[in-house]
Amino acid sequence: MRVVLAEDLFLLRDGLVRLLQAHDFEIAAAVESGPELAAALAELEPDVAVVDVRLPPTHTDEGLQCALQARRRRPGLPVLVLSQHVEQLYARELLADGSGGVGYLLKDRVFDAEQFVDAVRRVAAGGTAMDPQVIQQLLARQAGDGRPLARLTPREREVLELMAQGRSNAAIAGKLVVTERAIAKHTANIFAKLGLEVSDDDNRRVLAVLAYLDHGR
Amino acid sequence: MTNDTKNGRGSRARGMGVAALRGLALALVTLPGAVLCFVLSLVSIALIPIGVGLVTTPWVLTGVRAFADWRRALAAEWGGVRIPSAYRPLPRGANPWTRTFGMLGDPATWRDLRWLPVDMTAGFVTALLPAVLLYYPLQGFAIAAGLWQPFADSAAGTYWYGFVPVRDQTSALGAGALALVLLFLAHFYTARLLDAHFRLTRAVLGSNQGELAERVRVLTETRRDAVDTSAAELRRIERDLHDGAQARLVAVGMDLGTIEALLDKDPAKARELIGQARKSSVEALSELRELVRGIHPPVLAERGLGDAVRALALRLPVVTEVNVDLPGRAEAPVESAAYFAVSEVLTNAVKHSGADRIWVDLHHTDGHLRATVSDNGKGGAVIEAGSGLAGVERRLGTFDGVLAVSSPAGGPTMVTMEIPCALS
Repeated sequence: MRVVLAEDLFLLRDGLVRLLQAHDFEIAAAVESGPELAAALAELEPDVAVVDVRLPPTHTDEGLQCALQARRRRPGLPVLVLSQHVEQLYARELLADGSGGVGYLLKDRVFDAEQFVDAVRRVAAGGTAMDPQVIQQLLARQAGDGRPLARLTPREREVLELMAQGRSNAAIAGKLVVTERAIAKHTANIFAKLGLEVSDDDNRRVLAVLAYLDHGR
Repeated sequence: MTNDTKNGRGSRARGMGVAALRGLALALVTLPGAVLCFVLSLVSIALIPIGVGLVTTPWVLTGVRAFADWRRALAAEWGGVRIPSAYRPLPRGANPWTRTFGMLGDPATWRDLRWLPVDMTAGFVTALLPAVLLYYPLQGFAIAAGLWQPFADSAAGTYWYGFVPVRDQTSALGAGALALVLLFLAHFYTARLLDAHFRLTRAVLGSNQGELAERVRVLTETRRDAVDTSAAELRRIERDLHDGAQARLVAVGMDLGTIEALLDKDPAKARELIGQARKSSVEALSELRELVRGIHPPVLAERGLGDAVRALALRLPVVTEVNVDLPGRAEAPVESAAYFAVSEVLTNAVKHSGADRIWVDLHHTDGHLRATVSDNGKGGAVIEAGSGLAGVERRLGTFDGVLAVSSPAGGPTMVTMEIPCALS
């Protein structure tokens, strides 16, 4: 699987390259600035791009803008955005086109190599990988309103959180150490309580959850 | 059309009458007031060498200042002439010696003393003239109407009305004609003469440095506030780093050392420590992240004020609508001040207002960045010492910004902040 990597800090870029190579990814390019990233994404047509939000020369959100632009040119281009901080605002922009294949994670998540690599694979496959922190912010805000979310059991909330991060039922079952059947039952309950249509497609499922959390007040 | 003209004339006549009355009142107070102040000041200052002056001078000069300030107020109210008052502040509870010489060392004091003689002469005349110009013609009309007889009969010789000697009805009519001319002049000049009085007052009493001095005072104060705030901020950051991230990274280092030693002897224990070290480093990172957000929020750096406030609103537990109309970005310090001000006001609204909806409006007009935060809560917010809003006001003061709160009991609350700045 071919990866384009954009990160301006040498140490981190080097670490990411080694980490991804160790997990059998092919690094098509490892760049350090916005324009280089834009060129690499246009020429190399990678399977997935791993991009830092803040890149030279502007040191603002150049990475994110590059990624969004590349996705407009090539819809569905899988992009995993890494950041020192995560904001719902950016998460929304990434999810806005509804075509999936996006991820938005704190750089810290790299510490758990397995989880990080899993996220890259998920995004490359067209799924989503939203940072737990973004999801928790959304849930906290929603819980404040006290409406349908309050009707979820603690276990269901846990499942909802993992679902919103972009995990499949199998992955959630593995994480919570229960059977996949139990998770299926939980998700059915959650969908019923939140008034969402059940969908088999992992990506659509996540978008539905996020859309609900966003607007279903 | 006719009505308008009539009203115009009516208000002009009324303005003339008011100006004459005010002039008369001013003249009546000016002369005794200025003479008294001037004499007392001279005497008091002359008495300084024998010590008595040390006690009396501050009192007298304070009186002179009050007199001058009162005239400044009148000039603003009656003539629309603004004369800034720019006395140096005296230290509280200073001894008579410092008070006396502090006041004497103030150029504004000497300006006052120079103004008093002018006020009792030219000032008096310019104040009295409007009244004379209006009331003297009245006498002329009275003479023309027949009142000339007692005047002309007087033994003191010819009675003069202006330059007209009044002897019989004919000359009395001449006096009446002169009165008419005078009244005609009064129509044009009473208001202007009173205005001239105030302008004269400003020319002598006003200091072109007044506004500058005021500006310097405000700047000194806000600079002190800014220095205090940033010093406190630096201490907080140092403490947070020292107790938080720094300590955790030291712990990681120690753990790594221990792991090195244990690697061969006790791999299981080493693995456990690796997990612990990783956890510490994650915690150190999240602490650093929080710290950075407190110093300069990343979204602010990346996207500017509008999106930073939008991102902030997304984290609030209350539904918040953000409306941004900013054609460019302000300078970083201004953006930062505005962001933290809005943030603090929003926090207040969420904590205290009981609102279930908040609106934020950001726009830039006439060289001012204006941020308005309104909510539908229960109101009653005030700017009082030590409150969050007072802190916001101080923060904005550094940038010549102002804060206005409208929050009647029962709500709604609207907080408006304005900072002069240019966008790029």
